[in-house]
Amino acid sequence: MDLSRLNRRDEYEWEIPMRGNMRVPGVIYASEDLMRAMDDKVLEQTANVAMLPGIVAASYAMPDAHWGYGFPIGGVAAFDAEAGGVVSAGGVGFDVSCGVRCLHTGVDLKELKQKQAPLADGLYRGIPAGVGSTGQISLSDHEMTEMLAGGAAWAIGQGYGRAEDLARIEENGRMQGADPTAVSTRARRRQRDEMGTLGSGNHYLEVQLVSEIYDKKIADIFAIVEGDIVVSIHCGSRGLGHQIGTEYLKEMAQSAGEFGIALPDRELACAPIRSPLGQRYLGAMRSAINCALANRQIITHLTRRVFAEVFGRELQLPLLYDVSHNTCKVEEHLVDGKKMTLHVHRKGATRAFGPDHPDLPQELKAAGQPVLIGGSMGTASYVLAGTGAGMEIAFGSACHGAGRAMSRHAAKKRWQGRKLVDDLAGQGILIRSPSMRGVAEEAPGAYKDVSSVVDAAQEAGLARKVAKLLPLVCVKG
Amino acid sequence: MAPKSPSHVGWQHFDHDADVGVRGVGITRAEAFEQAALALTSIVTQIESVEARQRIEISAENSDPELLFVEWLDALIFEMATRKMLFSRYKVDIQADRLSASVWGEPVDVERHQPAVEIKGATLTELKVEEQDDGQWLAQCVVDV
Repeated sequence: MDLSRLNRRDEYEWEIPMRGNMRVPGVIYASEDLMRAMDDKVLEQTANVAMLPGIVAASYAMPDAHWGYGFPIGGVAAFDAEAGGVVSAGGVGFDVSCGVRCLHTGVDLKELKQKQAPLADGLYRGIPAGVGSTGQISLSDHEMTEMLAGGAAWAIGQGYGRAEDLARIEENGRMQGADPTAVSTRARRRQRDEMGTLGSGNHYLEVQLVSEIYDKKIADIFAIVEGDIVVSIHCGSRGLGHQIGTEYLKEMAQSAGEFGIALPDRELACAPIRSPLGQRYLGAMRSAINCALANRQIITHLTRRVFAEVFGRELQLPLLYDVSHNTCKVEEHLVDGKKMTLHVHRKGATRAFGPDHPDLPQELKAAGQPVLIGGSMGTASYVLAGTGAGMEIAFGSACHGAGRAMSRHAAKKRWQGRKLVDDLAGQGILIRSPSMRGVAEEAPGAYKDVSSVVDAAQEAGLARKVAKLLPLVCVKG
Repeated sequence: MAPKSPSHVGWQHFDHDADVGVRGVGITRAEAFEQAALALTSIVTQIESVEARQRIEISAENSDPELLFVEWLDALIFEMATRKMLFSRYKVDIQADRLSASVWGEPVDVERHQPAVEIKGATLTELKVEEQDDGQWLAQCVVDV
């Protein structure tokens, strides 16, 4: 990225000055190295988002920002409905409520090592992953409606997990304001056989070792210590979310003219929050959030079953937390000392509420919200915590992952799946995947270094580093 | 194989940070759409590995010619996802703002196809449907994977 077009406000804060039709400035949080490596398209897209009606404070980009469609991936933007603010399908993304859930296992490294291969095989057999896979349950239309309204709470009602899981999920596991009637027949059809499936691409289930603690006080509150074994699940709302995203993107693109919204780029397709289309999208998108929460809940249940089988005893596998990083949520924030109710879009950005936030469960209030950052296959993941300072910038948001450094095509040419699996096994990391081509395209080297992204998030004050997680088993779609 | 330049009939992928672009070029708009659909399949697997054993009928409609292309890809993605199939042969007919197509393929065979990734949907990024100076049609956009 050409840095001459930016004002450096601070070591980790770069301002895109107002120009043209921008209503607010743009702000990118990153180190100078990350900024130089970032695509110019991020600057352009962050500036374009700043032109949308009703945007408040600034159009933000996180340290892992990259070129998206319309909004950058790693973009955060909040809109005021009273000021004609908009909601955008492209501002949420196709994989609505894609996110990360982390489970404690209570197993130690020694025991894990003894059962590592059977565990990898058990998880691979027990959790459907990859193109063409189907879940073990097929939902009728009535059940689908209940799931879309009930989220993880619905799944628990069906026997997938325990009631206490809900407190450790954003929105207590059930997104309010979902409107299943706004979800089309085709979106329902696409989801019918996909409940409890991981998907493919960068989605995974990993068994990980807590290899380093950076903040002992917060780690104590999160109940993680060095040497712990945890499970991280990265997936989203599956076919249902994808279908909702594609349908509303097209509808918004074709309706922008009717709303008198001049789009700098058609893919910024949006609708006023206070319009029938805006409300319909919000109702459908919240249903998709519930679908993602239910999906991760079912996968949690399947994971618990596999752990019980492999280790020969009942293991609780309680939740550390469950975060979503493709959402639009109604939140209250202080803007210039004034309390405002805003529609906050986070696309490839994780909510990172600071300590004492009312939405946090009592036992986590002193620490701030756990922020779960996924790495790529074979590399580190991180647990961060929201900060008080972070609430003042970017509406309590942080990064979400590494982001690709090279295309799938380039990765496929450079690496061979089978060899990668063997090499990683040599390093003590067991990969299980139905597709060796998929493994090659997801090679660790095809992604940026997540460590520098996490460091920048901490230095910018967005979140605080708590722990580093290293993979031991990775199930890929 | 993908052609080197989009000025010849054929298909290719173009790079996008996180996702992949599909591009088809043909003598007619319908042929450009068919070629782009081949590019779509080859994101998932090698086209040569997909046998054209079963025929599916697909239709799409949009008054905007570019969004009709997006509708076409989305319809294919829907059929791939719900039928758990891959397609390797396409015959497209476009009349005004309506598209009807026959597509041939077979159910996903994980061992044989080694499907790399599922496709979530077509985006409006780098979306173009246009007749080029040489009279050939180009149809392209980025798809989310």
